[in-house]
Amino acid sequence: MGAPAMTQTTPAHLEYVLRLGDAALIHGQRLSEWCGHAPVLEEDLALANMALDFVGQARMLLSHAGTLEGKGRDEDTLAFLRHEGQYRNPTLCEMPNTDFAHTMIKGFLLGSFNLLMWSRLCGSSDKALAAIAAKSLKEARYHAEHTGDWVIRLGDGSEESHRRAQAALDILWPYTNELFAANPTDDAAAAAGVGPAWSELAEAWEAAVLPVLQQATLTVPARTPFQTYGKFGRHSEHLGHLLAVMQHLPRSFPGATW
Amino acid sequence: MLTEAQAWQALDAVEDPEIPVISVTELGIVREVILGEDGLRVVVTPTYSGCPATEMIAESIVNALKAAGAGKVSVETRLAPPWSTDWIAEGAREKLRAYGIVPPQAALADGAQVVRFMSRHVACPRCASKRTTRLSEFGSTACKSLYRCEDCREPFEYFKPI
Repeated sequence: MGAPAMTQTTPAHLEYVLRLGDAALIHGQRLSEWCGHAPVLEEDLALANMALDFVGQARMLLSHAGTLEGKGRDEDTLAFLRHEGQYRNPTLCEMPNTDFAHTMIKGFLLGSFNLLMWSRLCGSSDKALAAIAAKSLKEARYHAEHTGDWVIRLGDGSEESHRRAQAALDILWPYTNELFAANPTDDAAAAAGVGPAWSELAEAWEAAVLPVLQQATLTVPARTPFQTYGKFGRHSEHLGHLLAVMQHLPRSFPGATW
Repeated sequence: MLTEAQAWQALDAVEDPEIPVISVTELGIVREVILGEDGLRVVVTPTYSGCPATEMIAESIVNALKAAGAGKVSVETRLAPPWSTDWIAEGAREKLRAYGIVPPQAALADGAQVVRFMSRHVACPRCASKRTTRLSEFGSTACKSLYRCEDCREPFEYFKPI
């Protein structure tokens, strides 16, 4: 990937790209866990396909992060050989799958965010990141469409599907606070034109998400001060378990290729 | 050694592994062929970020060009501008339809807008009926969705515009 001359990568720039890469990686890993377990064959295919898109985006982003860092770490080293506290994904991404409604609500909340994020990053001063964004935006539109359609079907569906969708929304909604929490990394990245401070997307995100939740007849929980800190490297107890599965092969067989 | 025209001709014979009726050039992913002192460089733009066929395609390209007489061959990935189904060659569209895959309509303008429960009026590739239902946004690969014809009752795939 053609990275610009990177003599002056700032720590904030690298951190910003790692957050995006890790969010894609961990969300993709969670989606891939559905393979062979979805309620119907069509959704098994859809979940696996979306997982592949996210893992593909993670590969591009982590490769780019490795280039920015300039210490010889490639996508595999970053994906498989870091410890829990070194991952920068928002905690929402690592929340374990419970049922299909939970995965669709989570995919919709994250997917709507990604759509806005990629859209803005198409204009990044980091040309390699802008190229990844333009590519990912096209995929994100299909993810947001698919998950959004399911949120409406489930929420405005049977009593059982509504109950499950509402329960998932109640659990996951507080974790979206983290997406929009202001922090110095975002400020520095925004000032350098790398990308928007995530907090800038809050309003547009709500404008995209709330009408769909309303159409789905779901009740949006009240905002609380609940905060998670995954993008700062402080994760829930769930990430370690996810990493144990994801990293098992490369840690057991160092240098293995596949 | 190969001329540029001969290189393109050899690439015309490299099939897409997932859709073996069209070539990588018809798919529009080969952006440039460069004859240089360090050999032949082929610039490829991937279709989807996670497309598992990408690496196989790169390997097929190298093999086909070497078989045609090229010396050193390298495949480079170029992300920008991103691949669009609008780049699929006109002639390839009918080949897709004959193979049972409805060719993509024009790609949507770039932007963040999402359409809900969109009906794309995709006609059945077998009986041409317009009474079709989308079964899933995603088919056997990320680039296709799954449909069913309500008249001939056959399932079929639609190459999604992207």
